[in-house]
Amino acid sequence: MKRLSHYRRHKAVAPLLLVIALFAIGTTFNVASASMKQSPSAFARSTQIDEGKQIFLKGCSTCHGLNLEGSAIAPSLIGVGAASVDFQVGTGRMPVADMSTQISRKDPVYNEEEVAALAAYVASLAPGPAIPTDAQLNYERDGSTAEGGELFRNNCAMCHNFAGQGGALTQGKYAPTLMGVEPKHIYEALVTGPQSMPVFSDKTLTPEEKLSVIKWIKAAEAEPNLGGATMGRVGPVTEGLLVWILGLGILIAVAVWLTTRAR
Amino acid sequence: MSNEIETFQDPGEAVHAPRAADVDPRAEKRAEQQVAALFGLSALGSLLLIYSYIWIPTDIFIFIPVMGDQNAHQLFLGLGMAMSLFFLGMAAILWAKKLMSDTEVVNHRHEFRSSNEDREEFVKTVKDGVAGVQLGRRKLIKASLAASMGLFALPPVLLLRDLGPLPGKELEKTSWKAGTRLVTDPGNRPILASDLEVGSVVQTLPAVAEGTERLLSDIAKDPVLLIRLRPEEFNLTPEKLAMTHDGIIAFSKICSHMGCAVALYEQQTKHLLCPCHQSTFDVTRGAKVIFGPAARPLPQLDITVDTEGYLVARAPFDQAVGPSFWERNSQ
Amino acid sequence: MTTVEKRLGAAANFVDERLGAAGWMKKSLNKVFPDHWTFMFGEICMYSFVILLLSGTFLTLWFDPSQRDVIYEGVYEPLKGIKMSAAYASTLDISFEVRGGLLMRQIHHWAANIFMAAIVAHLLRVFFTGAFRKPREFNWILGIVLLTLGLVEGLLGYSLPDDLLSGTGLRITSAIVQAIPVVGTYISFFLFGGAFPGVGFLPRIFTIHILLLPGLFLAVITIHVMLVWYQKHTQFPGPGRTEKNVVGHPILPVYMAKAGGFFFIVFGVTAFLSAVASINPIWLYGPYTPGQISAGSQPDWYMGWLDGLVRMAPPLETHAFGHTVSWNILIPALIVPGIVFTGMAFYPFIESWITGDKREHHLLDRPRNVPNRTALGVMSITFVLISLINGGNDIFATQFDLSINQIMWFSRISIFILPPIAFVVTKRLCLSLQRADRDLVLHGMETGRLVRMPSGEFAEVHEPISPQKRFILTSHEQAPALELPATDARGVRRPGALKNKLRIRLSKAHAVAVPKVSAQDLKEIEHH
Repeated sequence: MKRLSHYRRHKAVAPLLLVIALFAIGTTFNVASASMKQSPSAFARSTQIDEGKQIFLKGCSTCHGLNLEGSAIAPSLIGVGAASVDFQVGTGRMPVADMSTQISRKDPVYNEEEVAALAAYVASLAPGPAIPTDAQLNYERDGSTAEGGELFRNNCAMCHNFAGQGGALTQGKYAPTLMGVEPKHIYEALVTGPQSMPVFSDKTLTPEEKLSVIKWIKAAEAEPNLGGATMGRVGPVTEGLLVWILGLGILIAVAVWLTTRAR
Repeated sequence: MSNEIETFQDPGEAVHAPRAADVDPRAEKRAEQQVAALFGLSALGSLLLIYSYIWIPTDIFIFIPVMGDQNAHQLFLGLGMAMSLFFLGMAAILWAKKLMSDTEVVNHRHEFRSSNEDREEFVKTVKDGVAGVQLGRRKLIKASLAASMGLFALPPVLLLRDLGPLPGKELEKTSWKAGTRLVTDPGNRPILASDLEVGSVVQTLPAVAEGTERLLSDIAKDPVLLIRLRPEEFNLTPEKLAMTHDGIIAFSKICSHMGCAVALYEQQTKHLLCPCHQSTFDVTRGAKVIFGPAARPLPQLDITVDTEGYLVARAPFDQAVGPSFWERNSQ
Repeated sequence: MTTVEKRLGAAANFVDERLGAAGWMKKSLNKVFPDHWTFMFGEICMYSFVILLLSGTFLTLWFDPSQRDVIYEGVYEPLKGIKMSAAYASTLDISFEVRGGLLMRQIHHWAANIFMAAIVAHLLRVFFTGAFRKPREFNWILGIVLLTLGLVEGLLGYSLPDDLLSGTGLRITSAIVQAIPVVGTYISFFLFGGAFPGVGFLPRIFTIHILLLPGLFLAVITIHVMLVWYQKHTQFPGPGRTEKNVVGHPILPVYMAKAGGFFFIVFGVTAFLSAVASINPIWLYGPYTPGQISAGSQPDWYMGWLDGLVRMAPPLETHAFGHTVSWNILIPALIVPGIVFTGMAFYPFIESWITGDKREHHLLDRPRNVPNRTALGVMSITFVLISLINGGNDIFATQFDLSINQIMWFSRISIFILPPIAFVVTKRLCLSLQRADRDLVLHGMETGRLVRMPSGEFAEVHEPISPQKRFILTSHEQAPALELPATDARGVRRPGALKNKLRIRLSKAHAVAVPKVSAQDLKEIEHH
């Protein structure tokens, strides 16, 4: 290094550096545009991070603080990782519209690129769980439905109900339905434990097991109604209501007809 | 009151108006056709049932608004059956209503009390009969009869004895012993303390030797829920705190109320909720009951790590897990 | 005589020469049944029971009530390779591999729900119209027995498929049994053949479910119906109807055609429900293991009120001398239902003690004319409804954006407050309706037609009601309250003064009424 620094005031240095820099930028751009879809290069990432920072400062920093440190009404985002941001913003939970008992799923405010930028920005400041790639999420190939069902009933059904329809928690909170949730977001929820949901670490619920759970949820979602209208797949409560309203209702109507005199 | 006031006379039934089918031959014909049409619909239903049973494959699904994707075989089989039965019934009722006689008939009632002569004769018969048995005089027979009848009632109860084993200490024991590893359920993998992040839960069972099958009656007592908090979040007595390991706390997953699996863990509030009857337990205070019908906290398992770093039980449960029972010492 | 008639005649002769049945049959076929739509509830019960027998028999042809472990290899993909009991596997096979099996399973389950709903509707009709009064107390008690049997039979049926939901139900049942002081643990071990879930429970409850209880049902239903037959059906008051007669259609042919037709209607409606609405999709629940649970685990609706009571119970246990008594289970699951059912069974006797009325009654009461009884009924319904809502509080919480804690506190408080309010409101409502009846008889029906009097004022024309209608509105009895002097004829105090006081108070409350119109009243008003 000493030798190199010795030349740093040489008059050829500036043009040479310029050439090198231009060359570097050029190649980076080439490489980046070639493989943009797969993994953004350092350059693209840095612009993405900048973009994410802008979005963050505009849309998130009021509550989560200028440096992700959080505030009285919002948690710190240091170390939550890209997965958490992708889940919260990608499912529309963030930015939050209604702060009452629970933040619920809605149409996302930001588009996919903006979500990715935000996630990259938050992840760039402190490491945390990453967004699973498509290759990691190939549940059709790597998961097993039956095993997933077993895992689901052990780890998920107590809150999300036997068919993933969701259920009640304490004080008005609830476990949301899992129907129509993207596999990526299910995976991220398992890894990050959003809101009331606990974390399912990769060591105790392995990535393959997570894929199996996702595969089972997708199978339950796609399952046609084998025995007729499902009435929400929430168990005997709706069945009881139907028996009184429709079952006994029709029978009483017929009984009234049966016992009135014909004209 | 009722005795003195003058009540209204029974005016008798209003004049019986004839039905359309009674007076109008065309209406009669129409009624007949209606009944026949209903019988026809019933027959159609039976045909639909037969057709569906034989010719509709069981793996075809059709979309029906409101109801969603339906299995065509099941749906049409059921609708055929419903039609065939329902319209058969409608036809019979319509027939009775429109074409059969609709004049009402009067039956008379009699008081149910038997006549005095009958009653007296009955009493006499019974008395004579009883006197013939001479129970009053035959003291010995009476005593031995009572004894034999009493003993006779015992065998049927006794014969049911082998329905099951005696409880013994069965409800107070679980498979947990000092040094038993906690393994994931399902998966049977041992767990390192470092495998759990703060805020994570693991459903666990005690490790069993390779190849052994767990009995359901063991699974009814053994499940343990592992939860990791930040150690400073605990608000436990020193003894209970000593039973945790590095922020990891272990509770029996079997509800102390009626034995459902209490596994609804709310990470933010640190509350455990039982989905059956909504007993709520506060994890930070050693699963103290804060809501609902449960009367006792969930039993806590004393855990530590073994030489390889895997989580193990340091001691068995210090009390019976699951719902209460008479012999349980809960003090 | 046609050949058919000849042949039938010969057959009838053959039977009658051996059984002498003609006399009895002749009388029976002439029996009449009064018509009213509420009289059909009992028939719905009976027909649902027949449907249950038929569909249940179909299911037993394939069901294997065994707790033996098997690995599922059937057609339902999401459970392939999973270890489960033979009972659960065979239920899956019935659902997916027996054609019409799923339909039959659903018919069986819907019919059970309709059966119980119709029993409750029938019970309410009998209660509110006073049909349980002398001489029908036996049949009232048999009805309570059938209701109780139905609850048990339904619970066992719910438990048989051995899916996650039914196992959860059994877990709770075992906890209730265990909570019985002194002998509970032993009974539980004997029932289950060991510690829960035991090894022999399913085959045992299968035998009880398909043999013992249906046998009992059949016997009790037969007696129940034979008593209705023998005592003849009650009828609503009306012109031409008295305590001494019964007016209606004869068995042959009208009643038989209607009742027979109605059987097919009930069966048809059950089949329709089973075709279009899924019930208990056991394949989604997965096999039972005690370590798993689903959010929103409820019993079927007729047990839901008990579950709701258990949910709202206070966290009470007594720990003393090395023993535990779980009041949080005993009170809601055994003591309260015990009181409710015993109270129901004894009600006919309680009411006749209050009114001192020991006569036979074959004419039904209009509910408004017995405000106290009607109010008591509505009070009980309110109690059960609150419990039932609390039994589904988690579902209601998520569907209506409420919190389970709110619903639970609402139930805990209102279970004490709302039933008495319901009593008072209903009683007042009944009295208002009586007043309306009185006005109707006195002033006739409002026609909505306005006329201008010669004096210039407007008045609405009232039309007198028909004599038939007037008779219906005034034919009921208004018995005065009991008078029980505290001393007898010789001035000696009667024993049981406190009991007498209570009886007099209850009797007074029972006799509250708006005086009905007498013939004099009407004459007087017509004079003016």
